[in-house]
Amino acid sequence: MAVSPSLPHSSTAKPSFQLNENLKAALVFLLSLGLFLLFWEVGANAKWFAKGMPTASKTIEELIWWVTNPFFDNGPNDLGIGWNLLISLRRVAIGYVAASLIAVPLGILIGMSKVAFKAFNPYVQLLKPISPLAWLPLGLYIFRDSEKTGVFIIMISSIWPTLVNTAFGVANVSDDYLNVSKTLGASRMRTIFKVIIPAALPNIISGLRISMGIAWLVIVAAEMLLGTGLGYFIWNEWNNLYIPNILVAIFIIGMVGLILDQIFAYLENLVSFGRS
Amino acid sequence: MQTLSDLNVPTMEASTDVQLSLRQVSKVFPGKRGLFSRSSPDFVAIDDISLDIEHNTFVTIIGPSGCGKSTLLNIISGLSVASTGTVTMDNQPITGPGPDRGMVFQNYALMPWMTVADNIKFAVETVYPSLSAAQLKQIVSENIELVDLVGAERKHPHELSGGMRQRVGIARALAINPKVLLMDEPFGALDALTRGYLQEEIERIWEQDRKTVIMITHSIDEALLLSDKIVMMTRGPAAKIAQILDVPFPRPRNRTAVEHHPAYDGLRTEMEAHLYRETRYVEQARIQPENRSTNTDTP
Repeated sequence: MAVSPSLPHSSTAKPSFQLNENLKAALVFLLSLGLFLLFWEVGANAKWFAKGMPTASKTIEELIWWVTNPFFDNGPNDLGIGWNLLISLRRVAIGYVAASLIAVPLGILIGMSKVAFKAFNPYVQLLKPISPLAWLPLGLYIFRDSEKTGVFIIMISSIWPTLVNTAFGVANVSDDYLNVSKTLGASRMRTIFKVIIPAALPNIISGLRISMGIAWLVIVAAEMLLGTGLGYFIWNEWNNLYIPNILVAIFIIGMVGLILDQIFAYLENLVSFGRS
Repeated sequence: MQTLSDLNVPTMEASTDVQLSLRQVSKVFPGKRGLFSRSSPDFVAIDDISLDIEHNTFVTIIGPSGCGKSTLLNIISGLSVASTGTVTMDNQPITGPGPDRGMVFQNYALMPWMTVADNIKFAVETVYPSLSAAQLKQIVSENIELVDLVGAERKHPHELSGGMRQRVGIARALAINPKVLLMDEPFGALDALTRGYLQEEIERIWEQDRKTVIMITHSIDEALLLSDKIVMMTRGPAAKIAQILDVPFPRPRNRTAVEHHPAYDGLRTEMEAHLYRETRYVEQARIQPENRSTNTDTP
């Protein structure tokens, strides 16, 4: 009897079904998170894990403390997580913007010529798989400065996905669009800026998205060797052997990465116009 | 061998109101000649086509699939270059694509990132860069009105049906005020009802200034409804013009009146006989292994 009033509602309206699906997913998410935290809490108290493993409640307590006190500065080894985050973001921003400013125009040039595409492909394929950290000693030797080296590593590692995707997007602009441009007698410049670049924009943005993901991965690893930033924060807490703060930093790095990725997902959606 | 007398032919016929003239046009797609890989033979798509099109005529080109209709249209549009022969428009040789020939594409070829109005504006602005913003806006809205799309100006192509997209394609081609309108199977991707509706729309729009149209089609009914002249082609490779039919129905036309015209059945039967015969050969050639080399489709 109690069920019957809700029946016609759920069988007719599609949006409410959608809501149900999202609601169910949210419930499963919360339930699994609760179980995980419970297992962690109980396990840590019962000493099931490695020695010195903090409890969930201790870690969350630290997380709240760090998030509510983000900006303090008691010297390089006792710096608020907000400052460290901003330092990391600044390095990523400079290196990433520099990489994009090189990769997008170069990708467009390479993509427009079949010869250039084939000629430059070996360089890209060779340089792309190199671990970003392999550049670290070279960077330190060239720049003799940890800050510049950090930016350099971000740049050199986030250039490739954007370059490859941009060149691919430009090389694969539909002949239909180019034929329209040709039959109208459009100039080369007008075709590039009004047709080729907008047509390749979804590919360019997805390249930028991959590059951003890589830049964020690389900065943490690089900073462990550089001296400030989130990566150094983790390294410092490792030296202090204080595991809760390491976990807090891992969580914050994940959250920031998620937000950055979502920004690009939004941009991708913005330029797709029904194209998959 | 191209002689001077061949080149003189269009000039001689100019007095009879010839707008577009093709003289012994052929198109050969060269086979692959790899250094190590096996080479493939050259493919002759169309062979020795001569055709005169007068001002203000609606011409359809019809033929079995793979007969080089699109190749022929691409040569007229300038997107493709004839291997031999000459194409002239108003006695000027066609050397490349240009805005004096508006093109309507089978798959619409609208820019997905531009709205309906922007797609048309892009075309007009490209062809007439000196127009003021107000003039541009005026031309765009006139052409949107012409194809009956008022209210959809700010929509993007992915929000439109296929029929609406093709109407944008037609508006874009007409907005640049070309001398000739080229349409490559404009309704090929549409369902039968939408196609029928758009055919009547084309007839309505065409009556307004009777600009020369060259349209490729697969549909006998469509050709009979719309055209003054129907160019029937033989099967490829090395397709030729088989016959040119004059369509005598009075204008403005509507489907019912056309279908009841005394000449309708005769024309229809003649076209069916030719096209089905040619299509039968094309289908058989695909099955028989000794003819395998001929079933390469033209791009």
